[in-house]
Amino acid sequence: MKISRRRFLQASGASAVGGALAPWSTSHAQSAPTPVGQATLPYPEHALGKAGELEPGRPVNFTYPDEQSPCLVIRLGTPNPVGVGPDGDIVAYSQLCTHMGCPVMYAAEEKTLRCPCHFTVFDPELNGQMVSGQATVNLPRVLLRYNPDDDSLHAVGVEGLIYGRQANILETA
Amino acid sequence: MYEFTDDRIALPPADAEKTQMTCHFCIVGCGYHVYKWPANREGGRAPDENALGLDFRRPVGAMQLTMTQAMTNVVQDRDGSYHRIMIVPDKGCVVNDGLASTRGGQMARVMYNPQTTVGANRLKYPRVHAGDEWLDTNWEHAHALWAGLTKRILDEEGPDQLAFNLFDHGGAGGGFENTWGTGKLIFSGLGTQTVRIHNRPAYNSECHASRDMGIYELNNGYEDAEIADCILSVGANAYESQTNYFLAHWLPNLQGATGRKKQQFFENGETAGRGRVIFIDPRRSLTVAIAEHAAGAENVLHLAVNPGTDTALFNGLLTHAVDQGWHAPEFIEAHTEGFEQTREANRMDLAECSRITGVPEADIRKAAEWAYKPKASGHRPRTMHGYEKGIIWGNDNYRIQSALVDLVLATHNVGRRGTGVVRMGGHQEGYCRPPYPGGRPAVNVDEEIIRGNGRMLTVWACNAFQTTLNAEEYRKAVMRRSDIVKQALRRLRGASLEETVEAVYRAVRDDGGLFVTLIDLYPTKFAEAAHLMMPAAHSGEMNLTSMNGERRMRLAERFMDPPGVAKPDCLIAADMGKTLERLYREDGNDEMAERFTGFDWTSEEDAFEDGFRRAGQPDAPVIHSQGGDTGHLVTYERLRAAGNNGVQLPVKEYSDGTLVGTPMLYTDGKFDTDNGRARFLSAPWNGFPSTVERQRQKYRFWINNGRTNQIWQSAYHDQYVEFRRGRYPMAPLEINPVDAEELGVESGDVVELYNDYGATHAMAYVEPDISRNHVFMEAMYFNAVMGDLVTPWTDENIIPYYKGAWADIRRVGRIEHFSEGVSFKRRRYI
Repeated sequence: MKISRRRFLQASGASAVGGALAPWSTSHAQSAPTPVGQATLPYPEHALGKAGELEPGRPVNFTYPDEQSPCLVIRLGTPNPVGVGPDGDIVAYSQLCTHMGCPVMYAAEEKTLRCPCHFTVFDPELNGQMVSGQATVNLPRVLLRYNPDDDSLHAVGVEGLIYGRQANILETA
Repeated sequence: MYEFTDDRIALPPADAEKTQMTCHFCIVGCGYHVYKWPANREGGRAPDENALGLDFRRPVGAMQLTMTQAMTNVVQDRDGSYHRIMIVPDKGCVVNDGLASTRGGQMARVMYNPQTTVGANRLKYPRVHAGDEWLDTNWEHAHALWAGLTKRILDEEGPDQLAFNLFDHGGAGGGFENTWGTGKLIFSGLGTQTVRIHNRPAYNSECHASRDMGIYELNNGYEDAEIADCILSVGANAYESQTNYFLAHWLPNLQGATGRKKQQFFENGETAGRGRVIFIDPRRSLTVAIAEHAAGAENVLHLAVNPGTDTALFNGLLTHAVDQGWHAPEFIEAHTEGFEQTREANRMDLAECSRITGVPEADIRKAAEWAYKPKASGHRPRTMHGYEKGIIWGNDNYRIQSALVDLVLATHNVGRRGTGVVRMGGHQEGYCRPPYPGGRPAVNVDEEIIRGNGRMLTVWACNAFQTTLNAEEYRKAVMRRSDIVKQALRRLRGASLEETVEAVYRAVRDDGGLFVTLIDLYPTKFAEAAHLMMPAAHSGEMNLTSMNGERRMRLAERFMDPPGVAKPDCLIAADMGKTLERLYREDGNDEMAERFTGFDWTSEEDAFEDGFRRAGQPDAPVIHSQGGDTGHLVTYERLRAAGNNGVQLPVKEYSDGTLVGTPMLYTDGKFDTDNGRARFLSAPWNGFPSTVERQRQKYRFWINNGRTNQIWQSAYHDQYVEFRRGRYPMAPLEINPVDAEELGVESGDVVELYNDYGATHAMAYVEPDISRNHVFMEAMYFNAVMGDLVTPWTDENIIPYYKGAWADIRRVGRIEHFSEGVSFKRRRYI
């Protein structure tokens, strides 16, 4: 049975499902301060939902690593080198354009993420590579883990700096 | 491939050193600030703990900031210390309004860090070629060799055997300091006329026609684009090539957001609607696509003119506008001459215009109505005409530009706010030199080199191997002649400097050799032919002044040392001059020695004082300076105070601690001719030059070429930056899908382009917006030289027709590693 985007969101436990920008997940554990003796940030692990409920070409919003960081998870419909899920075609990115932080939108025809502010285009099928536009780095990719036992998707980290931050994990200490 | 970037950044502490920087790259010259602080420190997230004054304890909102890894670096000064830098756009700069383009936004990344690919590839010490390998050496040796050979050739064979490929612009590698230093050495000192400029084979202007008509090509201000009723863009691709001019000044007008500003400038009762834009371009460029998206297709008119037929289009528009009575008789009568003769000479009816240009008659009429028909209020529309390489490198530069400026003059679209007939521009400007000793047309230096003339070629901050016309033959000739010198060098064992000079001199005089010196940031592609290299500095490593496309002059401040022993070009030139003076004194030839005096500079500011500030002063020699006779009012101190907004040249006065500039030229109706009247120049449509026409008839594809947003110029930095080179491992080539299918080509395939003049490679990108039998190729790329396909034809002033290349294309194969790492999705914001 095909599950609608709304149902997917409900199944994932998210409450905000209204607009394209509505965050998918709202519950965030507090991140710990960066521990000494570690060269990577302490990313939390967030359960996102079931992979099988994602429809190809229909991105779903969520937030990660905190509720102030909008992201998109996309089932591309074709296997991807960094894709996860049963078909290896699920990827996720920060929704904030690295140029000046406007939200990128998914363009289904070209399978691109486009920023309406200065017309920057990123390729979610190629690690967020800038296709054209004014950014100086690619779009940060949310690292996903897929659990085949229960078909669940989990956000576990971010590669690249999310717009508007000194570090992807906001200071909590 | 894509690059890995970290997920955090070091913020500048509140007490970080802050200096002003004008972007190194395109003509727009966006304002930036440089923060520099010791590498072992960083600022805090609270607003009072970092120099940006922003609160990073929570995410900074959209449009408040642009700050990425590309805007940071760790640089090393000569004392060995490491500092972090951050270079971010200046929100207070009227040029860019806080915006950074993908080029300027990466400035920090291209500053010298010995631990990056960019840094590792910089020239740090002079090098001499031993015939089969490069050897590092010191400045004394390098100058002694260069000056020794120069003197020998100058004494024995005269100045014109000393050839130069010479930058002439502003921005990172140029500036008023460096154009003056080199010009003083080469023109006043050596006196050679065998000098070519930057991207073309002779010492000439790309705007001779406009200047002959009395109109300097940068005659308006960027705010004029905000208040124009209509922007007519010819052969320009502003989104990619003058990005923040387009984003910060064109788009607001096209989106109807500049009404208040229009009220400031317009007359009472004058209609002031939202701006519209007409693009004249055979290609549906990114700019066309984005303008349609952002401003509505109904406000955008794209005339997809047949390549090379712009003259016919301008003449058709002129004829139609005048026939409709939309010209400006009162202005023509009071401020111009030659109108009637030109009107007749340029006459072209709409049907013929449409037949030649391929533009439907209805569209030509519509364009004329948008640009020239009086507004509802009866006022003449304010139409800005912006042109770039489609004209500059178009079919007969002089004629095509004459036809355009004729149209502008007839409709009085110059000298009124909201108008202007302007180059969109490539580099920033920064010209200040003694007069060129040759005539007009100037010597075609490339041809002289190919013919075997010139004993010594000094290549200074430009790279004809990637950027000239007929490039394959040129490279072949230079390499062959260079190798003769290398053979001579290879035979030397234990030779003194004098013996080396003698051996090289014999090789160039008797055997047809060419001694090549390269002065640059990097060992460029031209280094393959060089025998001597000298390391230069760029913006940030020296104080450097330039002006942008609205003549806005700024000081880009030095904030770090050049790598190794690299120096600003003006000080390299000064050392060359001092060495020559010494050699002539030792020779007892005081007369010649005197020609090389006046180089006692210890800093680039000395060069600025000697050139830019002396122009037009009673005790000064003739100096051609873009600062004009009022350059003396400008000082480094005053420019520092003026910040990133600087002053628009020419400076009118210095009052109350402020430099007062000139937002727009010719507002008084007095033009740059002897009698102050602008001059119409007859420019009837003349078809294609026969040399080009033969290629056009013989080969299928028109090889349109130009810039791509992410790549600056010859990719001299970009080839070492993963974000750039990973995106474009080879020169991209846009090709129509039907054509691609016929050739068996898919996106990512490597193709060969070839014609009677040469062959090169590119990587195919299938793009539906490209017309059949056209392609668009990145020009000047480091591993695919489009100039190989360009004929040797030039206009009467030795300006090439770089856009006039036709070639066939065949599939070569596929480099999977390239194609798998590159996005082939459409770049037109689809």
